[in-house]
Amino acid sequence: MSALISSSIARKVVMALSGLFLVLFLAQHFTINLTSVIAPDTFNEWSHFMGYNPLVQYILQPILVAGIIIHFVMGIALEIQNNRSRKIGYVRYNGSANAPWTSRNMIVTGLVVLAFLGLHMYDFWVHEMAYKYLESNPEDPTRYYAETVEKFEPIWRTVIYVIAFVLLAMHLWHGFSSSFQSMGWNNKYSAGLQTFTKIYAIAIPAGFIFIALYHHFNPITH
Amino acid sequence: MNLNLKVWRQNDAHAKGKMVDYSISGIDGDMSFLEMLDILNENLINEGKEPVEFDHDCREGICGSCSLQINGEPHGPDKFITTCQLHMRKFKDGDTIVIEPFRATAFPVIKDLVVDRSSFDRIQQAGGYISVNTSGNTVDANAIPVQKEAADTAMDAATCIGCGACVAACKNASAMLFTSAKVSQFALLPQGQVEATERVKNMVRQMDLEGFGNCTNTGACEVECPKGISLENIARMNREYLKANLKG
Repeated sequence: MSALISSSIARKVVMALSGLFLVLFLAQHFTINLTSVIAPDTFNEWSHFMGYNPLVQYILQPILVAGIIIHFVMGIALEIQNNRSRKIGYVRYNGSANAPWTSRNMIVTGLVVLAFLGLHMYDFWVHEMAYKYLESNPEDPTRYYAETVEKFEPIWRTVIYVIAFVLLAMHLWHGFSSSFQSMGWNNKYSAGLQTFTKIYAIAIPAGFIFIALYHHFNPITH
Repeated sequence: MNLNLKVWRQNDAHAKGKMVDYSISGIDGDMSFLEMLDILNENLINEGKEPVEFDHDCREGICGSCSLQINGEPHGPDKFITTCQLHMRKFKDGDTIVIEPFRATAFPVIKDLVVDRSSFDRIQQAGGYISVNTSGNTVDANAIPVQKEAADTAMDAATCIGCGACVAACKNASAMLFTSAKVSQFALLPQGQVEATERVKNMVRQMDLEGFGNCTNTGACEVECPKGISLENIARMNREYLKANLKG
Protein backbone atom coordinates (compact mmCIF):
# COMPACT_ATOMS: atom_id res chain seq x y z
CA MET A 1 0.00 0.00 0.00
CA SER A 2 2.85 2.41 0.84
CA ALA A 3 4.33 1.80 -2.63
CA LEU A 4 0.99 2.72 -4.18
CA ILE A 5 0.63 5.92 -2.13
CA SER A 6 4.14 7.11 -3.01
CA SER A 7 3.87 6.23 -6.71
CA SER A 8 3.78 8.98 -9.32
CA ILE A 9 0.66 7.49 -10.96
CA ALA A 10 -1.32 7.31 -7.70
CA ARG A 11 -0.45 10.93 -6.94
CA LYS A 12 -1.62 11.99 -10.38
CA VAL A 13 -4.88 10.11 -9.87
CA VAL A 14 -5.39 11.97 -6.57
CA MET A 15 -4.79 15.26 -8.44
CA ALA A 16 -7.25 14.19 -11.14
CA LEU A 17 -10.03 13.08 -8.78
CA SER A 18 -9.77 16.17 -6.55
CA GLY A 19 -9.64 18.37 -9.67
CA LEU A 20 -12.75 16.77 -11.17
CA PHE A 21 -14.56 17.16 -7.86
CA LEU A 22 -13.71 20.90 -7.92
CA VAL A 23 -14.86 21.13 -11.56
CA LEU A 24 -18.25 19.73 -10.50
CA PHE A 25 -18.41 22.11 -7.55
CA LEU A 26 -17.64 25.02 -9.89
CA ALA A 27 -20.70 24.20 -12.03
CA GLN A 28 -22.92 24.06 -8.95
CA HIS A 29 -21.47 27.34 -7.61
CA PHE A 30 -22.03 29.02 -10.97
CA THR A 31 -25.64 27.82 -11.16
CA ILE A 32 -26.46 29.37 -7.78
CA ASN A 33 -24.57 32.60 -8.56
CA LEU A 34 -26.39 32.98 -11.86
CA THR A 35 -29.67 33.29 -9.98
CA SER A 36 -28.31 36.49 -8.40
CA VAL A 37 -28.63 38.06 -11.86
CA ILE A 38 -31.89 36.56 -13.06
CA ALA A 39 -33.85 35.88 -9.84
CA PRO A 40 -32.56 37.56 -6.63
CA ASP A 41 -35.25 35.91 -4.45
CA THR A 42 -34.18 32.46 -5.64
CA PHE A 43 -30.56 33.44 -4.94
CA ASN A 44 -31.52 34.39 -1.37
CA GLU A 45 -33.47 31.16 -0.93
CA TRP A 46 -30.70 28.89 -2.24
CA SER A 47 -27.96 30.77 -0.36
CA HIS A 48 -29.91 30.46 2.89
CA PHE A 49 -30.36 26.74 2.27
CA MET A 50 -26.61 26.32 1.64
CA GLY A 51 -25.77 28.40 4.71
CA TYR A 52 -28.01 26.62 7.22
CA ASN A 53 -28.64 23.08 5.95
CA PRO A 54 -26.75 20.70 8.29
CA LEU A 55 -25.90 18.27 5.45
CA VAL A 56 -24.28 21.09 3.46
CA GLN A 57 -22.62 22.74 6.44
CA TYR A 58 -21.26 19.75 8.33
CA ILE A 59 -20.67 17.16 5.57
CA LEU A 60 -20.43 18.74 2.11
CA GLN A 61 -18.53 21.87 3.19
CA PRO A 62 -15.74 19.92 5.00
CA ILE A 63 -15.49 17.60 1.95
CA LEU A 64 -15.11 20.66 -0.30
CA VAL A 65 -12.42 22.20 1.92
CA ALA A 66 -10.61 18.84 2.00
CA GLY A 67 -10.82 18.61 -1.80
CA ILE A 68 -9.28 22.07 -2.21
CA ILE A 69 -6.49 21.37 0.32
CA ILE A 70 -5.67 17.96 -1.21
CA HIS A 71 -5.57 19.46 -4.73
CA PHE A 72 -3.21 22.32 -3.95
CA VAL A 73 -0.99 20.48 -1.44
CA MET A 74 -0.52 17.58 -3.87
CA GLY A 75 0.00 20.02 -6.76
CA ILE A 76 2.77 21.86 -4.91
CA ALA A 77 4.35 18.57 -3.74
CA LEU A 78 4.41 17.27 -7.33
CA GLU A 79 5.87 20.56 -8.59
CA ILE A 80 8.72 20.33 -6.04
CA GLN A 81 9.37 16.72 -7.08
CA ASN A 82 9.30 17.68 -10.76
CA ASN A 83 11.81 20.49 -10.21
CA ARG A 84 14.16 17.99 -8.54
CA SER A 85 13.98 15.75 -11.60
CA ARG A 86 15.94 18.33 -13.63
CA LYS A 87 18.32 20.04 -11.23
CA ILE A 88 20.41 21.54 -14.05
CA GLY A 89 18.21 23.27 -16.57
CA TYR A 90 18.73 23.89 -20.26
CA VAL A 91 20.47 27.04 -21.52
CA ARG A 92 17.80 27.11 -24.22
CA TYR A 93 14.47 25.34 -23.72
CA ASN A 94 11.90 25.79 -26.48
CA GLY A 95 8.82 24.63 -24.56
CA SER A 96 6.37 26.32 -26.93
CA ALA A 97 7.60 24.07 -29.77
CA ASN A 98 5.84 21.05 -28.36
CA ALA A 99 3.31 22.00 -25.67
CA PRO A 100 0.83 24.84 -25.11
CA TRP A 101 1.49 27.51 -22.45
CA THR A 102 -1.51 26.47 -20.37
CA SER A 103 -0.24 22.90 -19.96
CA ARG A 104 3.26 24.05 -19.00
CA ASN A 105 2.14 26.61 -16.44
CA MET A 106 -0.52 24.86 -14.37
CA ILE A 107 1.41 25.74 -11.19
CA VAL A 108 1.31 29.46 -12.13
CA THR A 109 -2.41 29.54 -12.93
CA GLY A 110 -3.12 27.27 -9.96
CA LEU A 111 -1.29 29.51 -7.47
CA VAL A 112 -3.12 32.60 -8.78
CA VAL A 113 -6.45 30.79 -8.34
CA LEU A 114 -5.32 29.73 -4.84
CA ALA A 115 -4.45 33.33 -3.94
CA PHE A 116 -7.85 34.41 -5.25
CA LEU A 117 -9.50 31.73 -3.09
CA GLY A 118 -7.92 33.42 -0.06
CA LEU A 119 -9.64 36.71 -0.96
CA HIS A 120 -12.88 34.91 -1.86
CA MET A 121 -12.96 33.01 1.45
CA TYR A 122 -12.25 36.26 3.33
CA ASP A 123 -15.01 38.06 1.43
CA PHE A 124 -17.75 35.51 1.90
CA TRP A 125 -16.87 32.55 4.13
CA VAL A 126 -15.14 34.47 6.95
CA HIS A 127 -17.89 37.06 6.86
CA GLU A 128 -20.52 34.31 7.03
CA MET A 129 -18.81 32.52 9.94
CA ALA A 130 -18.56 35.83 11.86
CA TYR A 131 -22.21 36.66 11.13
CA LYS A 132 -23.47 33.29 12.32
CA TYR A 133 -21.14 32.19 15.08
CA LEU A 134 -19.21 35.19 16.44
CA GLU A 135 -21.88 37.86 16.26
CA SER A 136 -24.69 35.31 16.73
CA ASN A 137 -27.00 37.23 14.43
CA PRO A 138 -30.49 35.83 13.81
CA GLU A 139 -31.29 34.02 10.57
CA ASP A 140 -32.16 36.46 7.78
CA PRO A 141 -33.05 34.67 4.52
CA THR A 142 -33.21 37.97 2.59
CA ARG A 143 -29.70 39.37 3.18
CA TYR A 144 -27.56 37.38 0.68
CA TYR A 145 -28.37 39.23 -2.54
CA ALA A 146 -27.58 42.67 -1.08
CA GLU A 147 -24.39 41.41 0.57
CA THR A 148 -23.18 39.90 -2.71
CA VAL A 149 -23.94 42.93 -4.86
CA GLU A 150 -22.28 45.19 -2.28
CA LYS A 151 -19.06 43.17 -2.54
CA PHE A 152 -18.69 44.09 -6.21
CA GLU A 153 -19.06 47.84 -5.72
CA PRO A 154 -15.28 48.53 -5.45
CA ILE A 155 -13.64 48.37 -8.88
CA TRP A 156 -10.44 46.82 -7.45
CA ARG A 157 -12.27 43.75 -6.19
CA THR A 158 -14.16 43.33 -9.48
CA VAL A 159 -10.89 43.56 -11.44
CA ILE A 160 -9.22 40.96 -9.19
CA TYR A 161 -12.19 38.61 -9.68
CA VAL A 162 -12.06 39.06 -13.47
CA ILE A 163 -8.29 38.38 -13.62
CA ALA A 164 -8.65 35.33 -11.36
CA PHE A 165 -11.38 33.87 -13.57
CA VAL A 166 -9.24 34.36 -16.71
CA LEU A 167 -6.47 32.37 -14.97
CA LEU A 168 -9.05 29.78 -13.85
CA ALA A 169 -10.10 29.39 -17.49
CA MET A 170 -6.47 28.69 -18.45
CA HIS A 171 -6.19 26.16 -15.60
CA LEU A 172 -9.36 24.36 -16.67
CA TRP A 173 -8.34 24.47 -20.37
CA HIS A 174 -5.64 21.89 -19.66
CA GLY A 175 -6.68 20.42 -16.33
CA PHE A 176 -10.17 19.14 -17.08
CA SER A 177 -9.41 16.72 -19.93
CA SER A 178 -5.92 16.03 -18.53
CA SER A 179 -7.46 14.53 -15.40
CA PHE A 180 -9.13 11.83 -17.52
CA GLN A 181 -5.79 10.97 -19.15
CA SER A 182 -4.22 10.65 -15.67
CA MET A 183 -6.91 8.14 -14.72
CA GLY A 184 -6.21 6.09 -17.84
CA TRP A 185 -9.13 7.34 -19.93
CA ASN A 186 -7.90 7.87 -23.50
CA ASN A 187 -10.16 6.44 -26.20
CA LYS A 188 -12.43 7.33 -29.13
CA TYR A 189 -14.38 9.74 -26.92
CA SER A 190 -11.29 11.76 -25.96
CA ALA A 191 -11.67 14.19 -28.87
CA GLY A 192 -15.23 14.96 -27.71
CA LEU A 193 -13.97 15.40 -24.17
CA GLN A 194 -11.35 17.88 -25.43
CA THR A 195 -14.10 19.92 -27.10
CA PHE A 196 -16.28 19.81 -23.99
CA THR A 197 -13.27 20.84 -21.87
CA LYS A 198 -12.67 23.92 -24.03
CA ILE A 199 -16.36 24.91 -23.91
CA TYR A 200 -16.49 24.42 -20.12
CA ALA A 201 -13.16 26.22 -19.57
CA ILE A 202 -14.47 29.30 -21.36
CA ALA A 203 -18.19 29.24 -20.48
CA ILE A 204 -18.02 28.84 -16.70
CA PRO A 205 -15.29 31.46 -15.98
CA ALA A 206 -16.91 33.82 -18.54
CA GLY A 207 -20.18 33.37 -16.69
CA PHE A 208 -18.56 34.23 -13.35
CA ILE A 209 -16.94 37.30 -14.98
CA PHE A 210 -20.35 38.36 -16.34
CA ILE A 211 -21.92 38.06 -12.87
CA ALA A 212 -19.13 40.13 -11.24
CA LEU A 213 -19.36 42.84 -13.91
CA TYR A 214 -23.17 42.83 -13.83
CA HIS A 215 -23.24 43.51 -10.09
CA HIS A 216 -20.48 46.11 -10.37
CA PHE A 217 -22.38 48.08 -12.99
CA ASN A 218 -25.81 47.54 -11.36
CA PRO A 219 -25.28 48.47 -7.70
CA ILE A 220 -28.16 48.57 -5.24
CA THR A 221 -29.21 52.20 -4.81
CA HIS A 222 -29.76 53.06 -1.14
CA MET B 1 27.05 27.44 -44.92
CA ASN B 2 28.80 29.22 -42.03
CA LEU B 3 27.44 28.56 -38.55
CA ASN B 4 28.01 29.67 -34.98
CA LEU B 5 27.82 26.84 -32.48
CA LYS B 6 27.30 27.07 -28.74
CA VAL B 7 28.26 23.66 -27.38
CA TRP B 8 28.05 22.34 -23.80
CA ARG B 9 31.53 21.27 -22.68
CA GLN B 10 32.03 19.34 -19.44
CA ASN B 11 35.21 17.42 -18.60
CA ASP B 12 33.56 14.66 -16.57
CA ALA B 13 30.52 13.83 -14.48
CA HIS B 14 31.74 15.88 -11.52
CA ALA B 15 33.12 18.91 -13.38
CA LYS B 16 31.22 22.14 -13.83
CA GLY B 17 30.30 22.53 -17.47
CA LYS B 18 29.85 25.62 -19.61
CA MET B 19 28.78 26.67 -23.09
CA VAL B 20 31.71 27.16 -25.51
CA ASP B 21 31.41 29.10 -28.78
CA TYR B 22 32.72 27.65 -32.06
CA SER B 23 32.55 28.91 -35.64
CA ILE B 24 32.33 26.39 -38.44
CA SER B 25 32.31 26.91 -42.21
CA GLY B 26 31.82 24.87 -45.37
CA ILE B 27 28.77 23.01 -44.06
CA ASP B 28 26.63 21.50 -46.82
CA GLY B 29 22.83 21.34 -46.48
CA ASP B 30 22.87 17.63 -47.34
CA MET B 31 25.09 16.79 -44.37
CA SER B 32 23.55 15.26 -41.28
CA PHE B 33 23.86 17.06 -37.96
CA LEU B 34 26.31 14.45 -36.72
CA GLU B 35 28.47 14.85 -39.86
CA MET B 36 28.60 18.57 -39.06
CA LEU B 37 29.82 17.67 -35.55
CA ASP B 38 32.38 15.29 -37.13
CA ILE B 39 33.79 18.24 -39.09
CA LEU B 40 33.85 20.36 -35.92
CA ASN B 41 35.82 17.60 -34.19
CA GLU B 42 38.25 17.25 -37.11
CA ASN B 43 38.88 21.00 -36.90
CA LEU B 44 39.39 20.78 -33.12
CA ILE B 45 41.81 17.83 -33.47
CA ASN B 46 43.78 19.67 -36.18
CA GLU B 47 44.02 22.63 -33.81
CA GLY B 48 45.32 20.34 -31.05
CA LYS B 49 42.17 20.73 -28.98
CA GLU B 50 40.00 18.05 -27.41
CA PRO B 51 37.06 17.00 -29.62
CA VAL B 52 33.45 17.23 -28.45
CA GLU B 53 32.15 13.94 -27.05
CA PHE B 54 28.73 12.92 -28.35
CA ASP B 55 26.81 9.64 -28.54
CA HIS B 56 26.14 7.95 -31.89
CA ASP B 57 26.04 4.45 -33.32
CA CYS B 58 23.85 3.35 -36.25
CA ARG B 59 23.33 6.83 -37.75
CA GLU B 60 20.09 5.67 -39.36
CA GLY B 61 17.53 6.42 -36.65
CA ILE B 62 17.31 2.94 -35.17
CA CYS B 63 19.69 2.61 -32.22
CA GLY B 64 18.55 5.58 -30.14
CA SER B 65 22.13 6.52 -29.23
CA CYS B 66 22.27 10.09 -30.49
CA SER B 67 20.75 12.38 -27.93
CA LEU B 68 21.21 16.10 -28.41
CA GLN B 69 19.11 19.03 -27.35
CA ILE B 70 19.37 21.35 -30.36
CA ASN B 71 18.07 24.91 -30.07
CA GLY B 72 15.90 23.88 -27.14
CA GLU B 73 14.37 20.76 -28.70
CA PRO B 74 15.39 17.09 -28.47
CA HIS B 75 16.76 15.94 -31.84
CA GLY B 76 16.39 19.48 -33.18
CA PRO B 77 13.67 21.36 -35.01
CA ASP B 78 12.39 18.52 -37.26
CA LYS B 79 9.79 15.96 -36.15
CA PHE B 80 9.81 12.13 -36.16
CA ILE B 81 13.59 11.96 -36.57
CA THR B 82 16.63 11.34 -34.42
CA THR B 83 19.62 13.71 -34.32
CA CYS B 84 21.48 11.59 -36.89
CA GLN B 85 18.58 12.03 -39.33
CA LEU B 86 18.52 15.82 -38.94
CA HIS B 87 19.86 17.50 -42.07
CA MET B 88 21.77 20.78 -42.02
CA ARG B 89 19.37 22.17 -44.64
CA LYS B 90 17.07 22.84 -41.68
CA PHE B 91 19.43 25.70 -40.73
CA LYS B 92 20.38 28.90 -42.54
CA ASP B 93 23.76 30.44 -43.24
CA GLY B 94 24.85 32.50 -40.24
CA ASP B 95 22.56 30.68 -37.75
CA THR B 96 23.60 30.20 -34.14
CA ILE B 97 22.90 26.64 -32.95
CA VAL B 98 22.77 25.82 -29.24
CA ILE B 99 23.75 22.19 -28.57
CA GLU B 100 23.23 20.69 -25.12
CA PRO B 101 22.99 17.20 -23.60
CA PHE B 102 19.56 15.78 -22.65
CA ARG B 103 18.91 17.17 -19.17
CA ALA B 104 17.43 15.09 -16.34
CA THR B 105 18.62 14.15 -12.88
CA ALA B 106 18.20 10.53 -13.97
CA PHE B 107 20.39 11.21 -17.06
CA PRO B 108 23.64 12.50 -15.50
CA VAL B 109 26.19 13.96 -17.92
CA ILE B 110 29.23 11.71 -18.38
CA LYS B 111 31.21 14.11 -20.59
CA ASP B 112 30.28 17.01 -22.88
CA LEU B 113 27.11 15.90 -24.70
CA VAL B 114 27.12 12.28 -23.53
CA VAL B 115 24.63 11.31 -20.83
CA ASP B 116 24.18 8.12 -18.85
CA ARG B 117 20.80 6.65 -19.83
CA SER B 118 21.23 3.36 -17.95
CA SER B 119 18.20 4.35 -15.84
CA PHE B 120 16.15 3.26 -18.88
CA ASP B 121 17.91 -0.10 -18.84
CA ARG B 122 17.03 -0.58 -15.17
CA ILE B 123 13.36 0.24 -15.85
CA GLN B 124 13.38 -2.32 -18.66
CA GLN B 125 15.08 -4.91 -16.44
CA ALA B 126 12.42 -4.39 -13.76
CA GLY B 127 9.77 -5.99 -15.94
CA GLY B 128 10.11 -5.26 -19.66
CA TYR B 129 10.28 -8.89 -20.69
CA ILE B 130 8.27 -12.10 -20.90
CA SER B 131 9.41 -15.44 -19.53
CA VAL B 132 9.72 -17.89 -22.40
CA ASN B 133 11.07 -21.41 -22.28
CA THR B 134 14.03 -21.34 -24.66
CA SER B 135 15.42 -24.77 -23.87
CA GLY B 136 14.66 -26.29 -27.24
CA ASN B 137 10.86 -26.44 -27.15
CA THR B 138 10.02 -22.75 -27.65
CA VAL B 139 6.47 -22.22 -28.86
CA ASP B 140 6.16 -20.23 -32.09
CA ALA B 141 4.74 -16.82 -31.14
CA ASN B 142 2.64 -16.86 -34.32
CA ALA B 143 0.83 -19.98 -33.08
CA ILE B 144 -1.17 -17.78 -30.67
CA PRO B 145 -3.88 -15.76 -32.48
CA VAL B 146 -3.65 -12.02 -31.85
CA GLN B 147 -6.30 -9.51 -32.89
CA LYS B 148 -4.95 -7.35 -35.76
CA GLU B 149 -5.64 -4.03 -34.00
CA ALA B 150 -3.90 -5.20 -30.80
CA ALA B 151 -0.92 -6.48 -32.78
CA ASP B 152 -0.59 -3.17 -34.64
CA THR B 153 -0.87 -1.08 -31.46
CA ALA B 154 1.65 -3.30 -29.68
CA MET B 155 4.01 -2.95 -32.64
CA ASP B 156 3.62 0.83 -32.55
CA ALA B 157 4.60 0.82 -28.87
CA ALA B 158 7.50 -1.54 -29.56
CA THR B 159 9.05 0.93 -32.02
CA CYS B 160 10.31 2.99 -29.05
CA ILE B 161 14.11 3.11 -29.38
CA GLY B 162 14.68 4.40 -25.85
CA CYS B 163 16.54 7.50 -26.98
CA GLY B 164 15.24 9.61 -24.08
CA ALA B 165 13.80 12.48 -26.15
CA CYS B 166 10.56 12.15 -24.18
CA VAL B 167 12.41 12.83 -20.93
CA ALA B 168 14.43 15.63 -22.51
CA ALA B 169 11.34 17.37 -23.90
CA CYS B 170 9.17 17.04 -20.79
CA LYS B 171 9.27 20.05 -18.50
CA ASN B 172 9.17 17.57 -15.60
CA ALA B 173 11.77 15.18 -17.07
CA SER B 174 9.17 12.43 -16.85
CA ALA B 175 9.90 9.00 -18.31
CA MET B 176 6.28 7.93 -18.55
CA LEU B 177 6.16 7.77 -22.36
CA PHE B 178 9.16 5.42 -22.46
CA THR B 179 7.94 3.25 -19.57
CA SER B 180 4.38 3.15 -20.90
CA ALA B 181 5.57 2.06 -24.36
CA LYS B 182 7.48 -0.82 -22.79
CA VAL B 183 4.48 -1.77 -20.63
CA SER B 184 2.04 -1.46 -23.55
CA GLN B 185 3.91 -3.64 -26.00
CA PHE B 186 3.38 -6.57 -23.62
CA ALA B 187 0.05 -5.56 -22.09
CA LEU B 188 -1.60 -5.73 -25.51
CA LEU B 189 -0.41 -9.25 -26.35
CA PRO B 190 -1.47 -12.61 -24.88
CA GLN B 191 2.16 -13.51 -24.20
CA GLY B 192 2.43 -10.54 -21.85
CA GLN B 193 -0.55 -11.38 -19.65
CA VAL B 194 1.15 -13.86 -17.31
CA GLU B 195 3.41 -11.23 -15.74
CA ALA B 196 1.21 -8.21 -16.43
CA THR B 197 0.41 -7.35 -12.80
CA GLU B 198 3.97 -7.47 -11.49
CA ARG B 199 5.43 -5.94 -14.66
CA VAL B 200 3.64 -2.61 -14.46
CA LYS B 201 4.09 -2.33 -10.68
CA ASN B 202 7.81 -3.06 -10.86
CA MET B 203 8.51 -0.84 -13.88
CA VAL B 204 6.64 2.14 -12.40
CA ARG B 205 8.40 1.63 -9.04
CA GLN B 206 11.79 1.60 -10.79
CA MET B 207 10.86 4.67 -12.86
CA ASP B 208 10.04 6.56 -9.65
CA LEU B 209 13.21 5.31 -7.91
CA GLU B 210 15.36 6.65 -10.75
CA GLY B 211 14.16 10.18 -9.98
CA PHE B 212 12.14 10.97 -13.10
CA GLY B 213 9.38 13.57 -12.74
CA ASN B 214 5.62 13.19 -12.89
CA CYS B 215 3.61 13.32 -16.09
CA THR B 216 1.46 16.46 -16.36
CA ASN B 217 0.05 15.50 -19.76
CA THR B 218 1.59 18.42 -21.67
CA GLY B 219 2.09 16.11 -24.66
CA ALA B 220 5.61 17.41 -25.36
CA CYS B 221 7.00 13.85 -25.27
CA GLU B 222 4.64 12.66 -27.99
CA VAL B 223 5.49 15.63 -30.23
CA GLU B 224 9.25 15.16 -29.87
CA CYS B 225 9.33 11.34 -30.00
CA PRO B 226 11.20 10.29 -33.16
CA LYS B 227 8.96 7.23 -33.42
CA GLY B 228 5.66 8.99 -32.69
CA ILE B 229 4.86 6.97 -29.55
CA SER B 230 1.34 8.02 -28.53
CA LEU B 231 0.08 9.40 -25.21
CA GLU B 232 -2.49 6.58 -25.36
CA ASN B 233 0.30 4.38 -23.99
CA ILE B 234 0.55 6.50 -20.84
CA ALA B 235 -3.22 6.20 -20.30
CA ARG B 236 -2.92 2.43 -20.85
CA MET B 237 -0.08 2.18 -18.33
CA ASN B 238 -2.11 4.18 -15.79
CA ARG B 239 -5.02 1.77 -16.29
CA GLU B 240 -2.73 -1.25 -16.00
CA TYR B 241 -1.15 0.19 -12.84
CA LEU B 242 -4.47 0.93 -11.14
CA LYS B 243 -5.83 -2.49 -12.17
CA ALA B 244 -2.71 -4.23 -10.87
CA ASN B 245 -2.95 -2.49 -7.50
CA LEU B 246 -6.66 -3.17 -7.16
CA LYS B 247 -5.91 -6.86 -7.70
CA GLY B 248 -3.47 -6.64 -4.79
